[in-house]
Amino acid sequence: MDPMESLAAALQRGDDAAVREHTREAIGLGRAPAAILNQGLLAGMGVVGEQFRTHQIFLPEVLLAARAMYAGLDVLQPLLERDNVPMLGKVVIGTIRGDLHDIGKNLVGIMLRGAGFEVIDLGKDVPPERFVDAAVEAGASVIGMSALLTTTMVGMKEVVATLEARRCRGQIKTIVGGAPVSAEFAREIGADDYAFDAASAVTRVKALLGVA
Amino acid sequence: MPPVPFRERLSRGEVLVGDGAWGTMLMARGLAPGTPPESFVLERPEAIREVAHLYLEAGADLITTNTFGGTALNLSGYGLADRADEINRRAVALVREAAGGSAYVSASVGPSGRLLAPVGDTDPEEVRAAFERQIRILVEAGADLICVETMTDLQEARLAVAAARTVSAEIPVLATMTFDPTPRGFHTIMGVSVEQAARTLQAAGADVLGSNCGRGSDTMVEVARAFRGVTSQPLLIQANAGLPEVRRGALVYPETPEFMAARVGPLLEAGVSIVGGCCGTTPEHTKAIRAAVAAYRSR
Repeated sequence: MDPMESLAAALQRGDDAAVREHTREAIGLGRAPAAILNQGLLAGMGVVGEQFRTHQIFLPEVLLAARAMYAGLDVLQPLLERDNVPMLGKVVIGTIRGDLHDIGKNLVGIMLRGAGFEVIDLGKDVPPERFVDAAVEAGASVIGMSALLTTTMVGMKEVVATLEARRCRGQIKTIVGGAPVSAEFAREIGADDYAFDAASAVTRVKALLGVA
Repeated sequence: MPPVPFRERLSRGEVLVGDGAWGTMLMARGLAPGTPPESFVLERPEAIREVAHLYLEAGADLITTNTFGGTALNLSGYGLADRADEINRRAVALVREAAGGSAYVSASVGPSGRLLAPVGDTDPEEVRAAFERQIRILVEAGADLICVETMTDLQEARLAVAAARTVSAEIPVLATMTFDPTPRGFHTIMGVSVEQAARTLQAAGADVLGSNCGRGSDTMVEVARAFRGVTSQPLLIQANAGLPEVRRGALVYPETPEFMAARVGPLLEAGVSIVGGCCGTTPEHTKAIRAAVAAYRSR
């Protein structure tokens, strides 16, 4: 099997030892780090995301695959930095105020990092102003917000309003996600986009920034 | 506690009515987004009393305590870990006071908010201990029932049910999980099937099995049938009033009391013993469910 395929397959199994090994193997074969990232790790994670979306697998499998992806990224990171693979952009992410759920948000962070974004993760229970402050300070072009609770999701609207008040809405795009959140909700609160899951978050953020 | 014990009423074939949502009711009474609902037990006890009264008047046989996120593990995220025991004790007392002898005090125990090893990094023993501590207080404070709810991880649900059994061999334990429809039947987001849930939670000591939260009452009728296909235990179903939608900036749950009441017949047909509501339901929903139960019984 092609080492990229073995790598993607190991990632889908959530086998972090094998992912580490296949990543080293691919490097040894002289494959470009960016190609290993895209055709191996991200390709594997893409399949995992799709299988999750269609309910063929469940959250535990996704989390194990994400952990395996991190194992591969650890090996790859120094080479990516050496090659100076250009960053696609800066994204600030966090779970909205009052919400302590961060499983989905962490997955999004892993996927965005893997896809070549610089990710500033503010953690959970993040007040609206902090999202905006952090994005402005870092010069980030996207704010990604997550909520699991219907009692907290309304806080996302305040982030959009804060951006508006500071006249940065437009330069700084917003994307929302989480179990109770929908595309309709995103539209209603004036967010720029909605992502169903971590894999689609990468696609949507790329589309928002117009990067391939 | 009502004069007739809970288990006896179920074994007579009586149908009981559970109450509806608390989080959304408290939000309507000033609970700020992002504030843990459990904090209202200390800060706005009159709001808790009021909601309990409304559900009682609406005809609920079970009134839920405001302790869903009441493990010290969960409350620690809000700096309230050291008040966990006090919150749980007072929460039972408030509902006890309102329910008097007309309804059972059903003590809510929700997920710890942690992801258990091996998938996550929280030691299951830490979670088990947190449940046991919470449930011990709830039982000591006089709860009639323990209701483990909105679970998606079977290991965690089992730990909660087992913790209740450790605390008390007698107290009735209700255990419900939240399912999504998938091409391979209903599963929780953690991949637990209805059959696995029923088998494991019954073995852990749950008296009543079932489902809460989720997609809405049409889906719940199917979940109830799936449960009835794999267990003969009494069933509890508490659906959301659908999935929330945002209209003019406010969260709206689409299912009306009439809509939910129309699904009571099919639920009872499927053999459900207790019908209540979850997120977005109100005392109006409880009233409509009560009426639908009465109508079904007098057919």
